Amino acid sequence: MTPTFLQRLDLSIRQSAPVAITLLVAILMVVPLPLPGYMELAPDLVLIAVFYWTVHRPDLMRAWAVFLIGLLQDILGGGPLGLIALVLILVHAAIINQHKAFRGKSFGLIWAGFMLIAPGAHIVAAVLAFIVADAHIEPSTFGVRLVLTVAAYPAMAWLLGRAQRAFLASTADE
Amino acid sequence: MKRPGTVLRLAAPLKVFAQRFAFLGLVAIAVGLMVLGKAEAPLVERVRMIVVDAVVPILDAVARPVATVAHVSERIREILDLHAENVRLREENRHLLQWQAVARKLEAENRSLRELLRFTPDPTATFVSARVVGNAGGSFLRAVLVTAGSRDGVTKGQVAVTGDGVAGRVTEVGERSARILLITDINSHVPVLLESSRDRAILVGDNSDRPKLVFLPANARPQIGERVVTSGHGGVFPPGLPVGIVVATGEAGVRVRPFVDFDRLEHVRLIDYGLDGTLPMAAPGPTSRRGAK
Repeated sequence: MTPTFLQRLDLSIRQSAPVAITLLVAILMVVPLPLPGYMELAPDLVLIAVFYWTVHRPDLMRAWAVFLIGLLQDILGGGPLGLIALVLILVHAAIINQHKAFRGKSFGLIWAGFMLIAPGAHIVAAVLAFIVADAHIEPSTFGVRLVLTVAAYPAMAWLLGRAQRAFLASTADE
Repeated sequence: MKRPGTVLRLAAPLKVFAQRFAFLGLVAIAVGLMVLGKAEAPLVERVRMIVVDAVVPILDAVARPVATVAHVSERIREILDLHAENVRLREENRHLLQWQAVARKLEAENRSLRELLRFTPDPTATFVSARVVGNAGGSFLRAVLVTAGSRDGVTKGQVAVTGDGVAGRVTEVGERSARILLITDINSHVPVLLESSRDRAILVGDNSDRPKLVFLPANARPQIGERVVTSGHGGVFPPGLPVGIVVATGEAGVRVRPFVDFDRLEHVRLIDYGLDGTLPMAAPGPTSRRGAK
């Protein structure tokens, strides 16, 4: 039976959920919260979202989408254009490359994988920012943000897991 | 059964090749954008602000409820502290009334002395108020996005202040949004002077909460608790705006705590002082302008 137009539309909306959610996270991360140090210490939820979807649904989080998400962050943030975009495609490529290592693994192991990828991503970003924009970041700020990002992974992954079940339960994992 | 097998055998390397190619292409584009951002800054800036303009309404819609929640919690805290706050305010009011008397006397004296000297007053300033809707920058930059742009009369180089003091400068302007570089950013250089000693210096941000004073005269002895105000040199910031107070004078340099609480920045006033304000990043050293006025 061939799917009707509405079914196809429904499917394509569902399948764009990972990218749409990640773009939304990228926009929401810019909103200022009146918390001390929020501006520089806010956990990198976009990195978590890109990581999560690339690990769980690489078929719905393609490299070009990751690139656009990074570019939006660069544009909103005012940093060097292309910087976060580059970092995120490297993250994406690293995960795709090691896809077998993540495939069907327990939550703990995937979190451990994130613990390896997140510092790498932040170090590359800091080095690039230093080279391109001469911007340096205090080691303490760098460390605290990284720890918060890794610590935020379980909660964020739980939320994204809910979204995954809500939108994508009916579509097969590749 | 033979055919699909062959197709798969052929398709798999092709797919890998396509992925590699896409990856390398995207890396090349990202690097190209970084180079372009350096070489064609004005073009990149225009494109940037078009996108920011498009996103600002969303940010504004989200920032409002966040601000409301923050206000409610603030209100609850205020009610709890009402008594202590009242005592403090009475005390402060008494002080301020004394200051008011002093200010009235000085104002009258000032007016008569100005008349004697035929002093030309500073041009009057106009301003636009804007809501802060975005923490631009993350870890590498200290900047915010606000909901006022060129259609509201915002131009590059205008000074952003709050009731407490100087927050920063407008660096990028879109149609209905603008980006403000805060004085704590690494690219921020504000010509300042120490209020009581009148020593000039440049306040340089380093992305920390405590920007530092550089180019202080060799014999300057800044005191902890001394107020720092803009000096007006370089023609970007008008003279006399409060900036912060000196909090450290040790080996690590003279550090200033800004009056503005950047964690709770909600509204800023963008002030047009009629200064051209398009000074390059490197402000002149304090000695080069000595005696210019």
